[in-house]
Amino acid sequence: MSTDSKILDAKAPDGPIDERWTRHKDRINLVNPANKRLIDVIVVGTGLAGGSASATLAELGYNVKAFAYQDSPRRAHSIAAQGGINAAKNYQGDGDSAYRLFYDTVKGGDYRSRESNVYRLAEVSTNIIDQCVAQGVPFARDYGGLLDNRSFGGVLVSRTFYAKGQTGQQLLLGAYSAMNRQIARGKIEMFNRHEMLDVVVVDGKARGIIARNLVTGEIERHSAHAVVIASGGYGNVYFLSTNAMGSNTTAAWKIHKKGAYFANPCFTQIHPTCIPRSGDYQSKLTLMSESLRNDGRIWVPKNMDDVVAIREGRKKPTDLSEAERDYYLERRYPAFGNLVPRDVASRAAKERCDAGYGVNKTGEAVYLDFKSAIQRYGKEQAKIKGIDNPSESQILELGEGIVEAKYGNLFQMYEKIVDENPYKTPMMIYPATHYTMGGIWVDYNLMTTIEGCFAIGEANFSDHGANRLGASALMQGLADGYFVLPYTIGDYLSNDIRTGSISTDSPEFAEAEKSVKDRIDFFVNNKGEHSVDYYHKKLGKIMWDKCGMARNEKDLKEAISEISELRADFWKNVVVPGSADEMNAELEKAGRVADFLELGELFAKDALEREESCGGHFREEHVTEDGEAKRDDENFAYVAAWEYKGEPSDAQLHKEQLEFNDIKLKQRSYK
Amino acid sequence: MNLTLKIWRQKSPKDQGKMVDYPVSDISEHMSFLEMMDVLNETLIAKGEEPVAFDHDCREGICGMCSMYINGEAHGPDRGVTTCQLHMRKFKDGDTIYIEPFRAKAFPVIKDLSVDRSSFDRIQQAGGYISVNTSGNTQDANAIPIPKDDADLAMDAATCIGCGACVATCKNSSAMLFVGAKVSQYALLPQGQVEASQRVQNMVKQMDDEGFGNCTNTGACEVECPKGISLTNIARLNREFLSAKASSKN
Repeated sequence: MSTDSKILDAKAPDGPIDERWTRHKDRINLVNPANKRLIDVIVVGTGLAGGSASATLAELGYNVKAFAYQDSPRRAHSIAAQGGINAAKNYQGDGDSAYRLFYDTVKGGDYRSRESNVYRLAEVSTNIIDQCVAQGVPFARDYGGLLDNRSFGGVLVSRTFYAKGQTGQQLLLGAYSAMNRQIARGKIEMFNRHEMLDVVVVDGKARGIIARNLVTGEIERHSAHAVVIASGGYGNVYFLSTNAMGSNTTAAWKIHKKGAYFANPCFTQIHPTCIPRSGDYQSKLTLMSESLRNDGRIWVPKNMDDVVAIREGRKKPTDLSEAERDYYLERRYPAFGNLVPRDVASRAAKERCDAGYGVNKTGEAVYLDFKSAIQRYGKEQAKIKGIDNPSESQILELGEGIVEAKYGNLFQMYEKIVDENPYKTPMMIYPATHYTMGGIWVDYNLMTTIEGCFAIGEANFSDHGANRLGASALMQGLADGYFVLPYTIGDYLSNDIRTGSISTDSPEFAEAEKSVKDRIDFFVNNKGEHSVDYYHKKLGKIMWDKCGMARNEKDLKEAISEISELRADFWKNVVVPGSADEMNAELEKAGRVADFLELGELFAKDALEREESCGGHFREEHVTEDGEAKRDDENFAYVAAWEYKGEPSDAQLHKEQLEFNDIKLKQRSYK
Repeated sequence: MNLTLKIWRQKSPKDQGKMVDYPVSDISEHMSFLEMMDVLNETLIAKGEEPVAFDHDCREGICGMCSMYINGEAHGPDRGVTTCQLHMRKFKDGDTIYIEPFRAKAFPVIKDLSVDRSSFDRIQQAGGYISVNTSGNTQDANAIPIPKDDADLAMDAATCIGCGACVATCKNSSAMLFVGAKVSQYALLPQGQVEASQRVQNMVKQMDDEGFGNCTNTGACEVECPKGISLTNIARLNREFLSAKASSKN
């Protein structure tokens, strides 16, 4: 493997950390309002990042073309985010500040994110809440009519704003409404049911995309002065994840193949609280929000006899006394208890299940129990309502009422899937792939290594390091889209005011279109024998078994060769029914899985190269004496940015050295 | 369990379409309805036939992409769920299941079970927003206290996922529950007051232009709504509309 000695420059400004963003904004070039009308911007993806960016760019006066593979921008997968959004408002008066949010995020990411970007994120977080309230987002409020907060993992303050268990939905509908206003004005041209299949680079600059109309199958050329990728993460490389079925890496992977470096692909978040899988037919996994860990306690039986009895149906979890339960997070991490960060909670669940204490038939489930919370709320409510000596059933009823108000939709989702009542018996949960911290490398302006091509939201890599804290994805998506990109893109576009409209008749467009059409033709004409899902499931199994919650050199090397073989077989034996000129879901999936088959290998290569444990990346060779992740700051305090060179095995590593001036690097502890 | 599926197959918007029988076997009661459809499609692909087209994405009941009219009900026989959350335990061995697209003039079929619901987007574009720019200079989020009850009611209305079950269910193909929910969310919040009159008039006009029918208060939409959007939102829509019209200068 060759490593470029050239160190990547993030172009982050210098000076005191709390002044950098303001100074940067003051110094970058602007585009005057009249000239903005002459500039087109393509935005791929309409989730929180893409939706908010589209709306804001259009408000500023740019001509926006927005693309979504769904039938409406409102359906992007940000809609499924449940728990909340962080902001350093300090409304609770518990000592929160931009610095604390910055500190928690850098520490939570295990010191693998870029300080300047994270501070900016923390700084603009408060604006997001103001903006969303102004748009009519119905956040939860207390009885005084002011905004309510809850706590999320890895922090000691209450800074998470929420709208029941549907925060992502409400924030996305807010961004969608802002988009609608601009669509109505003609400032956003919306392309629903369209998928970007390549980026077009002219003279080293991103100047457009090739997209497929998913209804008619038509291949279209779209030009612009800049291209913004907001297409989300690549969690579906695992086949089973909490992502939507259509979530994919294609847009990100296409720009990677045209010159955008891909950073830290091995940094993946396995979320601790998801509904366990039930059978081979399983098509996706469902998240149970981290907010449940505000009130839920996680445990497995202390004694193996009870584990066996529960699996065989001879005992119920509710039969076990407090003394017979092992609240293992509270035992191992007394300071943070059930609210440790996600990577820590996931590994702890895996540790207990690997030791044989899993509570369902597959042995891959632990309990999330609301009994204490129901009791606590019930007694509190009885007091508020002036009920002296409340009966046990009164306490339960009152307590369940409060829990329902807080988490009702999540409990209902659980009950519909598992067919058990979580008010009466503890939920069963297990970790599942949820979010990808890795992504397209971007500089401080959120520009990739292709000029004029930007990446925002989950699609980029910059803010969460090796582990993302809960309720920070929504914050980053909206920060990038509402408050960062609209400024920084102007610095680039200020050079384009005399360019005029970009023609789609250039050889670069023709060439990109031809490669897209060739690939589609291959798929619909290949007389193979296995469906796309057959390959996707096989890839997912390799990724989960060998690049999952714990990784080691031997497994990773096996994964690399197995994925490479699987990819070769895919290109021989895949079958795609139907034709290219119609709605064809199998054809869409084929293109996405082809890209996952390349990304998966780079993922394993990156994990192999990173000889340390940090955040969600846990190498079994690098463990402290008490079983925690052992980071190696001396050798690995860098961003691994991979340049495409043909096969994933040929990818070339570039490093961005991470500097920590405002936070001292230390062993991350939640004990 | 073994089942007989009777599924609407329609190659394109212009194709006439027809019901086609498909047997499926070894279906687990723990499967979701869409996982059962996945099994069918894998079988069809293996036989060299075209799989059934249907819309779906998040598969956890929030994106609103999945539709399907199952045994005469939008999202099938269970209550408070979307099709992706419907589980096969609601059926029994030997059942025959009728699967059709959502049917409405304003929801033309694209292919098989997939329909075009862009009319909903256009209604929102007509006024489903508050005109505030993303400046970052809006007032502090806590500057206007909003009574908890109002905020909660606005949230209840805002949970609409825009799936169109209300339209598919309604004998008049009315979109009043959908529009009522959106109008209500803003009507209940102080931020929404400034444009309230124009908003409701524009959205209702667009709804009519799209070819949705009127409401005759049968309440079927409320029963089939996967998010339990209340009929009171239609009452609020009517109230908002009437008062806007009464005071309107147009």
